[in-house]
Amino acid sequence: MNVLVYIDLQNGRPRKSSAELLTYAQKLSGAGSVTALVLGHSLEDLSALGSFGAQRILQVSTPELTHFDGLVFGQLISEAAQFTGSQAVLLSFDHSGKAIAPVVAAKWSAGLVAGATGLPQGTRYPVKAFSGKALAKVNVLTEKIVVALTPNSIPSEKNGSSVAVESWIPSEIPASKIKVLSVNKNTTDIPLPEAEKVVSGGRGLKGPENWGLIEDLAKELGAATACSRPVSDIGWRPHHEHVGQTGITIRPNLYIAAGISGAIQHLAGVNSSKTIVVINTDAEAPFFKAADYGVVGDAFEVLPKLTQAIKKFKADQA
Amino acid sequence: MQKYRLKRDLCTFVLHVLGHAKSKKSVMNILVCIAKAPDTTTKIKFNSEGNALDGNGVTWIVNPSDEWYALVRALELKEAAGQGKVTIVTVGTADDDSIVRKALAVGADEAFRINLSPESAASVAEQIAPWAKGQPFDFILTGKETIDFNGSVVGGLLAAHLDWPYIPLIEKLNVENGRATMFRDIGGGTEEIEVNGPFVASATKGLAEQRIPNMRGIMAARTKPITVVEPQSYSAKIEYLEFTLPQEKGACKIIDPNNMDELVRLLHSEAKAL
Ligand SMILES: Cc1cc2nc3c(=O)[nH]c(=O)nc-3n(C[C@H](O)[C@H](O)[C@H](O)COP(=O)(O)OP(=O)(O)OC[C@H]3O[C@@H](n4cnc5c(N)ncnc54)[C@H](O)[C@@H]3O)c2cc1C
Ligand SMILES: Nc1ncnc2c1ncn2[C@@H]1O[C@H](COP(=O)(O)O)[C@@H](O)[C@H]1O
Repeated sequence: MNVLVYIDLQNGRPRKSSAELLTYAQKLSGAGSVTALVLGHSLEDLSALGSFGAQRILQVSTPELTHFDGLVFGQLISEAAQFTGSQAVLLSFDHSGKAIAPVVAAKWSAGLVAGATGLPQGTRYPVKAFSGKALAKVNVLTEKIVVALTPNSIPSEKNGSSVAVESWIPSEIPASKIKVLSVNKNTTDIPLPEAEKVVSGGRGLKGPENWGLIEDLAKELGAATACSRPVSDIGWRPHHEHVGQTGITIRPNLYIAAGISGAIQHLAGVNSSKTIVVINTDAEAPFFKAADYGVVGDAFEVLPKLTQAIKKFKADQA
Repeated sequence: MQKYRLKRDLCTFVLHVLGHAKSKKSVMNILVCIAKAPDTTTKIKFNSEGNALDGNGVTWIVNPSDEWYALVRALELKEAAGQGKVTIVTVGTADDDSIVRKALAVGADEAFRINLSPESAASVAEQIAPWAKGQPFDFILTGKETIDFNGSVVGGLLAAHLDWPYIPLIEKLNVENGRATMFRDIGGGTEEIEVNGPFVASATKGLAEQRIPNMRGIMAARTKPITVVEPQSYSAKIEYLEFTLPQEKGACKIIDPNNMDELVRLLHSEAKAL
């Protein structure tokens, strides 16, 4: 089948998820084609998208698209899907994918898989349900399909070569009803949902002044930081770091939790992480049951030691 | 108040206050979509066909982000406006009336239930959109996601059907003199935006603080109307199948707290996580 991949720009560059999306698209398309669509101006040479499997790259680079509007972007993507004779539209299940995917599905009359976690078997796509407490298959009954892929679902592969970028002119660019007044970027560089490694702290860390321990380790690992719900409720950490059933759901390669008890609502948001390390003074903490590696010990002592050990490991590797 | 330091600015100040008083007279008419969800402590089990939750012994709650953030912010805005109505709608069966009453107890004014057991987000949106079309709602709020299907898509589908802008994951919302401003998540930050005309937005943490219904609210909810609306015909686009539980983790390896080199070694060579 022909697959159209929407490539989201972050600070003028294709997001990290792009490589993964294109790899997925190439496997999904079989004998069909893979087209990448970029909306807006890019600071980076987009032809490199070809190396991850895009056979064709379309770009709409007009100033109207500087600011994001899911309705406008969704409309353009629907038109591009028509234009390229695509049967599937693929995008990332992140903040912008969540704004666009339903619009494309509605405008293009397609079945929607929200949060696919892997490749389908036939028309059945694996997804998570019940906030990570269960897995399910979504069977798509329609010819046309929109797949929003959960970040970190499959490893990306370099499988192609660079491709010329074509500028594409849609029939119209609908006027946006959204006006951007100001932008506030978080200080951390790695958005939590996309992070491959996450270091997380709970109430066991006693207070916000101790978060340096978490940040030091995260920095050494190139990880994002997260926290349990009470920690963000009390205001020790910002809301966007709250993971769990009522926060963000993540599935990094490595999740390190310090001073978190592992309540069922917390686990729901993190239990699909590939490897879980738990640091807790209480050997009976429920989190150990969900962990791969456990350290029964005081986070105030263990975290600096772990940071040191990582430092040493990196030096040895270099 | 630094703006009004000078005496001759008193006049401006008075006008400003009057302006606020005037804006308080605006009428706020808000629709909040609420879903039922299994209580967050629920141990998940499925029926023998593996295509639905085994509802035995499950306690149902109002989906947290619908109740805590969307509904409460809607109530706050109505209260600040001084006039208006917060309507709630759910797509569900008579079994869900108890959930609707909970949301009414928090303070919603009136409720509609579209009488269908929804099988997907699309079925929810395709019921609510035609019903809401043409009604004088200023805007529609949904929760960030349901904690059972985690689709985060009902709001977007609804907006697309209504041709209204859709803003997922808002953390702040203000409406004054018909001008709506909000903070939306942009993955690694937030953006303050202004939206013209009616819109659909999904509510996330930060938008409001949970309100625990008081006795008066609970009593009042008993007599508030729940109007049942008959559903439209609908053809399914997807179906959920093969629910399973994730594999249990193998036993957790306990590492000596004084030997973090060993942990790093295992993370590297065994888990391939470094
Ligand atoms: C409807 C609902 C939704 C919820 N949603 C979420 C959610 O999305 N995410 C979430 O996280 N929670 C959620 N919760 C809350 C959840 O039930 C727990 O209360 C919460 O996760 C506990 O946070 P915690 O582990 O940081 O704190 P605690 O439970 O207080 O645990 C602190 C842990 O730190 C350990 N500790 C103490 N000192 C040290 C030390 N020096 N070194 C190492 N360890 C130490 C203790 O042994 C303990 O295990 C929800 C609850 C409800 C009712
Ligand atoms: N059956 C339903 N009836 C009314 N609103 C719903 C229903 N299901 C979901 N919603 C709304 O849509 C939001 C997102 O749901 P979902 O797309 O399932 O994650 C929820 O937070 C609710 O506000």
